[in-house]
Amino acid sequence: MSSAADTGRRSPRTRSSSSGSGVTPYVFILPFVILFAAFLVAPLVVAIVNSLFATQHSGLGFSGGGTTSFVWFKNYVTALTDAGFIRGFGRVLLFGIVQVPVMLGLALLFALITDSASIKFTKSFQLAVFLPYAVPGVVAALIWGFLYQPGVSPIVQGLRGIGIPANFLTPGTVLWAIANVSTWGYVGVNMIIMYGALQAIPKDVLEAARIDGAGALRTAFSIKIPLIAPSILLTCLFSIIGTIQLFNEPQVLRTITSNVTANFTPNMAIYQTTMSSNDLNLGSAMAIVLGIVTFILSIGVSRMSTRGAGA
Amino acid sequence: MTAIPARKTGRRTTEKTVGVEQAPLWSKVVIAVIMVLATLYFIIPVVWLIIAATKSSGDLYSTPGFSFAHWSLFDNLGSLASYRGGIFWRWILNSAVYSVLGAFLTTVISALCGYALAVYEFRGKRTLMTALLISLLVPTTVLAQPIFLLLVHIGLNNNMLGVLLPSLVYPFGVMLSYTTTMSSVPKEMLEAARIDGAGEFRTFFTIAWRLMSTGLTTVILFSFVASWNSFLLPLFVLDDPQLYPVTLGLVDWSQQSTSVAGLGTLTIIGSLVTVVPIVLAFAVLQRFWRSGLTAGGVKF
Repeated sequence: MSSAADTGRRSPRTRSSSSGSGVTPYVFILPFVILFAAFLVAPLVVAIVNSLFATQHSGLGFSGGGTTSFVWFKNYVTALTDAGFIRGFGRVLLFGIVQVPVMLGLALLFALITDSASIKFTKSFQLAVFLPYAVPGVVAALIWGFLYQPGVSPIVQGLRGIGIPANFLTPGTVLWAIANVSTWGYVGVNMIIMYGALQAIPKDVLEAARIDGAGALRTAFSIKIPLIAPSILLTCLFSIIGTIQLFNEPQVLRTITSNVTANFTPNMAIYQTTMSSNDLNLGSAMAIVLGIVTFILSIGVSRMSTRGAGA
Repeated sequence: MTAIPARKTGRRTTEKTVGVEQAPLWSKVVIAVIMVLATLYFIIPVVWLIIAATKSSGDLYSTPGFSFAHWSLFDNLGSLASYRGGIFWRWILNSAVYSVLGAFLTTVISALCGYALAVYEFRGKRTLMTALLISLLVPTTVLAQPIFLLLVHIGLNNNMLGVLLPSLVYPFGVMLSYTTTMSSVPKEMLEAARIDGAGEFRTFFTIAWRLMSTGLTTVILFSFVASWNSFLLPLFVLDDPQLYPVTLGLVDWSQQSTSVAGLGTLTIIGSLVTVVPIVLAFAVLQRFWRSGLTAGGVKF
């Protein structure tokens, strides 16, 4: 009501553009705001409050049947001193340091190849690389799960046939078996994003490089890659956030190998603590810890990106 | 390594300044090899899935993975359809509700909000924008456990709404709708509509909606993929197999397949049936996701 008057004072142009609007903007935003409050703000508040309490279970009760007491940050101390939970962070960190550069490197390579005008079949090649993105991560893990099992896998059998004792599911290799599933699924979408940025480079810049005598490789490294750096950093940010939250692929591979433990990644530990150990309070504290770590890393990467763009 | 070929092609281009860049033969070969190997890597799992889906349970473990055995595709489809009273089709239907209906509603809700933020001045606008920007950094899977606790409180756990409603909150979609409105809905056109006497909602649904279509394609695509891939939240929320999305059901089968004979084959044929329509949809709708993803990528 007063908003229309407010804007009216500011400039006559915006007044006419929101003339008679009064409550209209609020009607437009209402559905989102309600859902946002109910399923984003409220859960966070519930989790924060919940993480500061501890429930002593007297029986098998799930919500009732127990005494709840305020324990300050005890759950956070428990979470941060839980060796399994911390090892999960170490695991996704190692995963991220190796898998993200490999995946984005491949995506960049394929984007540069398909961006180059002299190559044929680029459209169908892009389609082949992108299609795994249409396969849900869970189903991708199921398919690769079969391809990792010696009993069914033609790949394991083939490698063993030529004398390589391949086993993708040992304690040492299973993390990379998971990394392969993620790489398979997400190279394509990253390639398309980078390709879009490459296509947006003004043609006269490339023309100038060509007249100056720069070859394809030189152009790629000195002109194309620096110009699409913001897009690369964007994909990097998304990939890092995705890595810390790793859940689907290891949870599925857990059904075929015991080398993926129940708390293999932070998200799996949260799930296990909440559902199997039935410790909702500790689970909430772990979720908050994971949220904070993700938040800090995201801020760190975007800082880096703005600094990189400024230099 | 970068300098030498660069100089070589540099000499070449001075000879041929017109036309497409002429790459040396060896680099063409290298690129061709890379493309073939990459295509194989991305296609092989799907090829294996198709072949494995045509085999009986016995043949699956006793015949070579990449060759066809006795043709049992239709038998497998039959057992898939009849297993436990056709629960698989129920899962597909559930997934359609969560993903297709979910993506559609998400897009409408995000578009309304993003449009209002771009077009109107109103009290609380800045607060909403700040909240949106902060929420972009809250990962969805971190919210799964808190959402589950909340749903237990309000009695919506083990309910389809418990999976559908949280998926409609998509701050990224609102931001994208906002930037799309800013860049492709001219203020003058809205003015003209108002002068002609069109109401605000009519203006939105008849004029703005269409102008925003490129950005909204991205929203619908991303939100569809997000809910189609969603696994952690349904795992927390749903106990009743009748309410599972297909991903959850297939993982359940895979888990039981170690003890229940034949479930391995059902997992394979079920995966194929799940993947085929969506892969076909992506192949047919290439134009849309290409432009959508490109637009999304360039805007940031």
